[in-house]
Amino acid sequence: MSRETPQEKVARLARLRRDGGVLRDYRSPRYDEPFIMEQGTPGERGIFVPLAEDGVTAEVGAAADYIPEGMARTAAPELPEMAQYQVMRHYLRYAQMTLGMDLGSDISEGTCTMKYSPKMHEELIRGHKAADLHPWQDEDTLQGLLEIVYATGQYLKSISGMDEFTLQPGGGSHAVYTNACVMRRYFEARGELDQRSEMITTIFSHPCDAATPMVAGFKVITVMPDENGYPDLEAFRAAVSEKTVGCMITNPEDTGIYNPQIDKYVEILHDAGALAFTDQANANGILGYARARDAGFDACHFNLHKTFSSPHGCEGPASGAYMVTDELAPYLPVPVVTREGDRYHLDYDRPESIGRVRGFLGNWMAVIRAYAWIRNLGPEGLKEVAEISVLNNNYLDNLLMAVKGVSRPYAEGHRRLDQVRYSLEQLKEDTGVGTEALRDRMVDFGVQSYWMSHHPWVVPEPFTPEPCETYSRADLDEWAAVIKKGSDEAYADAQFVLDAPHAQPIDQMRRTEAMEDPDQWAFTWRKYKRRFEEQA
Amino acid sequence: MADKPFIHPYIPNSVPETKRAMLDELGLGSVEEIYAEIPERLRFTGTLDIPPAILSERELRKHVQGLLDKNTSSVEFLNFCGAGCWQHHVPAVVDEIINRAEFVSAYCGGDYSDLGKYLTRFEFNSMLGELLDLDGVANPIYDWGDVAGRSFRMARRITGRDKVLVPAHMSPMRLMEARTLCQPEAMANSTKIRFYGWDRETGMVDLEDLSAKLDDSIAAVYWENPSYLGTIEAYGAEIVELAHRHGALAIAGVDPITLGVLTPPGTLGADIACGDIQPLGMHMHAGGGCSGFIGFRDDDPVFAQECPLELYTVMETATPGQYAVGECMAERTSYGSRDQGKDWVGTASGLWTIAAAVYMALMGPQGFREVGETCIARSHYAAKKLAELPGVEVKLSPSFFKEFVVNFDGTGKSVATVNKALLGHRIFGGKDLSADFPELGQSALYCVTEYYDKADIDELVSAVKEVTA
Repeated sequence: MSRETPQEKVARLARLRRDGGVLRDYRSPRYDEPFIMEQGTPGERGIFVPLAEDGVTAEVGAAADYIPEGMARTAAPELPEMAQYQVMRHYLRYAQMTLGMDLGSDISEGTCTMKYSPKMHEELIRGHKAADLHPWQDEDTLQGLLEIVYATGQYLKSISGMDEFTLQPGGGSHAVYTNACVMRRYFEARGELDQRSEMITTIFSHPCDAATPMVAGFKVITVMPDENGYPDLEAFRAAVSEKTVGCMITNPEDTGIYNPQIDKYVEILHDAGALAFTDQANANGILGYARARDAGFDACHFNLHKTFSSPHGCEGPASGAYMVTDELAPYLPVPVVTREGDRYHLDYDRPESIGRVRGFLGNWMAVIRAYAWIRNLGPEGLKEVAEISVLNNNYLDNLLMAVKGVSRPYAEGHRRLDQVRYSLEQLKEDTGVGTEALRDRMVDFGVQSYWMSHHPWVVPEPFTPEPCETYSRADLDEWAAVIKKGSDEAYADAQFVLDAPHAQPIDQMRRTEAMEDPDQWAFTWRKYKRRFEEQA
Repeated sequence: MADKPFIHPYIPNSVPETKRAMLDELGLGSVEEIYAEIPERLRFTGTLDIPPAILSERELRKHVQGLLDKNTSSVEFLNFCGAGCWQHHVPAVVDEIINRAEFVSAYCGGDYSDLGKYLTRFEFNSMLGELLDLDGVANPIYDWGDVAGRSFRMARRITGRDKVLVPAHMSPMRLMEARTLCQPEAMANSTKIRFYGWDRETGMVDLEDLSAKLDDSIAAVYWENPSYLGTIEAYGAEIVELAHRHGALAIAGVDPITLGVLTPPGTLGADIACGDIQPLGMHMHAGGGCSGFIGFRDDDPVFAQECPLELYTVMETATPGQYAVGECMAERTSYGSRDQGKDWVGTASGLWTIAAAVYMALMGPQGFREVGETCIARSHYAAKKLAELPGVEVKLSPSFFKEFVVNFDGTGKSVATVNKALLGHRIFGGKDLSADFPELGQSALYCVTEYYDKADIDELVSAVKEVTA
């Protein structure tokens, strides 16, 4: 046999790679790292702290003298005593055992809009001109920040069609809660709070659309889908009465299905004197294509950490932009950012306001990033974001619907916009591998685990990817190949999938009763340790 | 942009050939055919009122940085304002870790793929539990005022009583947030907030008044330590005892950075503790650095069962000696049970939990003791020096941690005037208390942490001397 030429070798290796598919031969880092509470040595320290100077102690004496009797801590907290490098390395290892979005090809987390968060924005918010500001500073010294917040509010007004805004809420659910409070205040001001006590939502709207009105004191009525997956219009009509405060619903819903009659639902509410709010946590597919105000809504919100690129930070800090019509504007939380000529102000003089939903001003580092992102895309770019996210979703759908065991309930013949809720009911029935098992297997290929569904699981064995504009065609192909691989494995050797994961930092978790049993749960290491001491 | 294709670095499939090929796969002429799902009457056909794109990274950076540069930071000026958001030193290792791409970009990834995030959460809970001397710590949410309100609602559920007693000098901002959560009193399920007094000489709670207001309709007694006005509260144990005598819960609002030197709420017998972790390694971010925690006793499962926030427990894996962290009793939360949950939860402040974990590990018991001692020493030094100025008086207790009330009545100047003048000396003065606490006259709440040394304090004193002269 003649020797392979270099060219032939390259071609052979390329062929091998292609035949292996686009799947990665992935191994997660596994550091076998003990908890930090179990590390260190007495006497070690991680950092020096400034000490009071002699000139200070000469004047005031010892700090201990100022602590009232009985208020001086006697037993030191059992915190780690560990040198700086060892602390840093410990958390660096934890970081490496976290896939996150940046590494994880996070098409997986539908309803979360895991788009790329530009790194330049991080440089902006980490500088002292953003990070080291005090919220009570004289507003003359916060003009740049206020200008960014005000301008972002104007852009969001244009995108939603609304009249006024607040960027105080610290997340999407927080903005949705703000809405429940604003609606409550609106009817309180009109003397109708006794009469109006019911909020309507739909089962495919985010759980916060049901939970926040409950916390605000309302009875919640949940409308189920009709056979096509749309909120049942007749059930909705029947739920509305003189007792109705309003609705808090999404469109498209978690299923990705756009409700073409959404304005009819709003009309029913308005005819009953009620208000309409739309949860736009997932607005990525409609940016520049549809506006909440044009469907008649009185209020809506956006998640700046989803649609507008601010990173998710292991679940915050985030920012919810809450948008209203002029009619609801008096009830917005204080302070509201206003503009007079070239000056920006924090307006606290709003007697009709609901008060506060958050201390200080808000998570405005998220607003700075959203501002930069919007300015970088411009009006045409925002529409391109929507268009490509919708195209990506439908392209991925085409690949996933070819995978054995995957189905897409509801609205046959209708295309989804930004995301799809699929079902693995067939796979489970055929192989015993359900959505949780597949989720724990897919991570072995170096992609983030998918979001299944909010509860309850109306769609059986659900999963919900959202391939937003960030992802390339190759990324979409890879993601679909991972699901296909999981399905193939399930049909060939279900137990192998049920035993997953196989390439992760730890082996399969024992999902014991610890989750529910007071004798087993331990929210802190001290509790866990003490239990063994007691048993010993 | 109409002339040439808009190919954006954040949108790989904006390349026309890719788009075309993908559409071909779907048998579509254009994406418009998908958008047919939105009826014409609901379609937006105008142009968004947004300025044209600034495309290049260089020019965008210049533009946004130019706006931010209009701010004045606490690195440029000396800042002696706290009042709920405090300037402490942020160790470099904290920033190094929380700026890691994995942590910055992670969200709700699974138990395995985001394992490090969950392990860090559990370590945060464990270390904060040590500081608080409490076995239960929940996953933090927005800020102190928010968790105060949630703690009140939690006490209502546990006791079945609907009134909470709070000190009249509770932070007005936190009170506003809590009120929003507690619902208007006319509503059937509202939690009613009632006040008990405070001692105008010491700044501590008025135990007599608390005792008079306590009865068997009270769900909980809340107090703050240090108080909003800075005083170290000496009567924590007495407050707990009074509350428990009437079957009420004791809820402590605490600043956790004090707990290297001050008696923790668990030791005092508190049932629930809440507060803000911002001092533990967060930059202020104009208040965006705040994050509220809830800790609780775990000797009775009712506290965990009624806890409004997500709970994570340590658990084992198929391999002996290997640990994982899993969510506990998820059905308590809105994610598990929608409107049947105890409260609502959402994306809140996960990254700050990681920052606080790193901070607590770096500081250790010794660092916490020292930072506490330095805060006390330097703030008392500042108070002493300010009080020596003509017409300037330090009010309330001789015992505070890092904040104290400075009264300017004797200078004939308002706090607003003093603070404006201090800006000319590159100093942010204390929080103006005159609107919220008119009984204190023209007073400001000053804050001195370990961040500012003697030279900085001397500069403040000389500036105040000049502007009040």
